[in-house]
Amino acid sequence: MTALKPGVQAPDFSLSATPDQKVSLADFRGQPVVLVFYPADWSPVCSDQLALYNELKPEFSEFEAQIIGISVDGVWCHLAFSQKRKLQFPLLADFEPKGAVARQYGVYREKDGESERALFVIDAEGVIRWSYVSPLGINPGADGILKALEPMAKGKKTVSD
Amino acid sequence: MEKSAALTQPVSARDYTEGPADAPLTLVEYGDYQCPYCGAAYPVVKHLQKTLGKKLRFVFRNFPLTQAHPYALIAAEAAEAAALQDKFWQMHDLLFEQQAFLEPDIIPLWAKRIGLDLEKFGSDIKQVVVDKRIMEDRQSGIRSGVNGTPTFFINGTRYDGSPNYDSLLAALKSELELRPV
Repeated sequence: MTALKPGVQAPDFSLSATPDQKVSLADFRGQPVVLVFYPADWSPVCSDQLALYNELKPEFSEFEAQIIGISVDGVWCHLAFSQKRKLQFPLLADFEPKGAVARQYGVYREKDGESERALFVIDAEGVIRWSYVSPLGINPGADGILKALEPMAKGKKTVSD
Repeated sequence: MEKSAALTQPVSARDYTEGPADAPLTLVEYGDYQCPYCGAAYPVVKHLQKTLGKKLRFVFRNFPLTQAHPYALIAAEAAEAAALQDKFWQMHDLLFEQQAFLEPDIIPLWAKRIGLDLEKFGSDIKQVVVDKRIMEDRQSGIRSGVNGTPTFFINGTRYDGSPNYDSLLAALKSELELRPV
């Protein structure tokens, strides 16, 4: 399974963000979106990948980019985790069918039943502009995301394929 | 095999360093004074410094996770204010050694303990230049691929191994072998 590459239209999806709220990728048409696939909530470090992106919200806001986290955890797990870590972006439950969206994006690890640690930067028209799968166990940080967002800064035209 | 992230801002005169400027090994840490993992890394770094002696230059840069750690920023500001009285490392060390007690009210006591001019400290800690430095560190860290705290860079390349003494020492020794004597 290989991750979807730049130039491809990002597959739309609709997943639960909270027990009563669903979020679709299409909801964010008109602004860049950063999809953060990650294996599981509750990784045992305060300074994990999601805490980092939470910290960098001002930098992402400069590009009006929406960060969205996706793992196979259920909504209640996400709720507790999000509250504990004070996350300021939605976590979506790729729960049922398990890993369906991760599979659509080519980032599901069948053997482990979790998604890869994968990033997708999607432009305002819904096209993937950058994707990256991090080697197992390595937190990819934010530099690649920011580099990918730079051409999308307000006022700059995006080049259509 | 993918190359690990690289430091975009080389170590320069603006940095706080321990160890010789011409040491064959430079270890840069981006850290958060309230992060327990940085707290755990503090004695590891001290041990590495003891083992490697003059072969190691250690550099500390700020990366406070202000969302996760409410006192990370004030602690970073305290260290930067101490730096303005040439006592950066004394404050840095004290912050980590006493990490369990970190909270805003204790900082003036620690400033006193390391012999700072309290009036100057109290004024300096609020200066724009202090936050500007912290922001600069944050930006250079983001661009360099800092992916949490602590993030270490060995001779400019992000270290992705375990932050324990044995793993770091092995990586440092490996890097040493690559350098001509």
